[in-house]
Amino acid sequence: MSIKEIQDQIIEEFSIYDEWLDKYEYLIDLGREMPLVAESDKTDSNLIDGCQSRVWLTCSRSADGRLHFAADSDAIITKGIISLLIRVFEGQTPQDILAADLYFIDAIGLKENLSPTRAGGLMAMVKRILAYAQEAAEG
Amino acid sequence: MNFVQQIRGSFPILGRKAGGRPLVYFDNAATSQRPESVLDLQQQLCSGHNANIHRAVHTLSYEATEAYEAGRKAAQAFIGAAQPEEIVLTAGATAAINLVADCMARGGFLSGGAILLTEAEHHSNIVPWQMACEKSGARLEVVPVAAGRDFPNTGAVDMEAYRAALRRGVKMVAITHVSNILGVVNPVKEMVAEAHALGIPVLVDGAQGIVHRRVDVQDMDCDFYVFSGHKIYAPTGIGVLYGKRQWLEKLPPYMGGGDMVDKVTFEKTTYADLPLKFEAGTANFVAAACLAPALDLATSLALSPDAREHERALMAAMAESLQSIPGLWLAAADATDRIPLYSFTIEGVHPLDAAMLMDKMGVALRSGHMCAEPIVDRIGGGSMLRASLMAYNTLEEVEAFRAALERTVKMLKQ
Ligand SMILES: Cc1ncc(COP(=O)(O)O)c(C=O)c1O
Repeated sequence: MSIKEIQDQIIEEFSIYDEWLDKYEYLIDLGREMPLVAESDKTDSNLIDGCQSRVWLTCSRSADGRLHFAADSDAIITKGIISLLIRVFEGQTPQDILAADLYFIDAIGLKENLSPTRAGGLMAMVKRILAYAQEAAEG
Repeated sequence: MNFVQQIRGSFPILGRKAGGRPLVYFDNAATSQRPESVLDLQQQLCSGHNANIHRAVHTLSYEATEAYEAGRKAAQAFIGAAQPEEIVLTAGATAAINLVADCMARGGFLSGGAILLTEAEHHSNIVPWQMACEKSGARLEVVPVAAGRDFPNTGAVDMEAYRAALRRGVKMVAITHVSNILGVVNPVKEMVAEAHALGIPVLVDGAQGIVHRRVDVQDMDCDFYVFSGHKIYAPTGIGVLYGKRQWLEKLPPYMGGGDMVDKVTFEKTTYADLPLKFEAGTANFVAAACLAPALDLATSLALSPDAREHERALMAAMAESLQSIPGLWLAAADATDRIPLYSFTIEGVHPLDAAMLMDKMGVALRSGHMCAEPIVDRIGGGSMLRASLMAYNTLEEVEAFRAALERTVKMLKQ
């Protein structure tokens, strides 16, 4: 699926929740289910320090040139949102990641979480994903 | 109408909603809300009296200057300073501490010695001193407080350690009146006396203390006392530095610029008298003037038995609410003298998650290290939640807070 198709799918999934509470409960569940970053990979270089919660992100590249991500956070809601971001970018090509228009966060009403001033560090995580893609695209 | 309904009525913002629910504003230690008296004066000054103060003979400048100086006099009266010249108006508590730290360093008053802080200082009362250390070659001495899981959890400054540290070459003491994490009232008068017995000057950071305790700087006898207007009903952008006249006279000027000079030539400049010597540049005269109505309100609340009774009731209700949450650990739970400010952690709950969910339920809390990393790192694992209340908060809000917190914990722990 393309980045756009996955985003539309997520928007569709969230459309059944009109209560913010159900939305956050879903995010918390997603956070619980998300595969973790191995403890040995929770290094400083994989750490994105977002003031109030910590996020670890690893990236690898398969033979076909596609990028694969794993991420973790010490805050569960942050982790839930991260899992959505990972779902969108997982297995995509660096070119598609760089060209992506990331609109689903806004569409599902979580925009405030992606603001650069928000303490959760998600914006920094998106930047890190783009940096990995940039590096892969160049190299 | 009861007491709290009456004061709430003069704070328009308290009627709004957040997250679709009535706002429960429990982040007062960060910034308090402004009453109509302050909002009206702001509006009135901007629309009718706007000019640069101290600089022109025209009507508007005269009126603006009068309003500004009325703010200074209100601050002087509020903390019992002997003279208006001892009140320097700054941008805030942080600016005031930076002023003192920098001028003490440049004046040579710190050279080769130590600056003594408590462990529970706000970054604003740590970093300026670290910078002063760099300039003067001084070092920091830090006194521990009794807070944490392995200590008696009173939040009290270790007075024995304080007395011992004073004797290790200390040239300056900078301590908080009330910590913005612990909410405990420090025995500042006693601490000042101990320092003075050894000839050491003391700065008291009153950013939190001024809001909940009557302050008389002459009785406290501190050399400097600082606070911010925005935590005590006034606008942002104004702060107060009280300094004893003999200290303010001894210190070199801070920033250079307009208004702080006597005579300027390219060869030599002489400086203005106190307090203008420390007030370079065009001041925020609107915010300064608003200190008057803001501190008026604070004074009338401090003198009101109803207000005191209400605060006691709020604190009792908060203590009970916090106790009812399983796994909640309250910093300085065993304090003997505290303000309605509560920092806590909840087992298995990340403070950021909790603050986000509470926000969705209309409750504004602080989370994170709250600008006091050293103490929050030690007692709260780097991140805590904080609820801080003001006279206009209600028992119903405490109940809404409790219910929201219970629900939050349930969601995050399941
Ligand atoms: C104890 C303490 N000191 C200093 C400050 C700094 O105040 P301001 O940011 O208004 O300068 C604060 C406020 O956050 C505080 O709580």
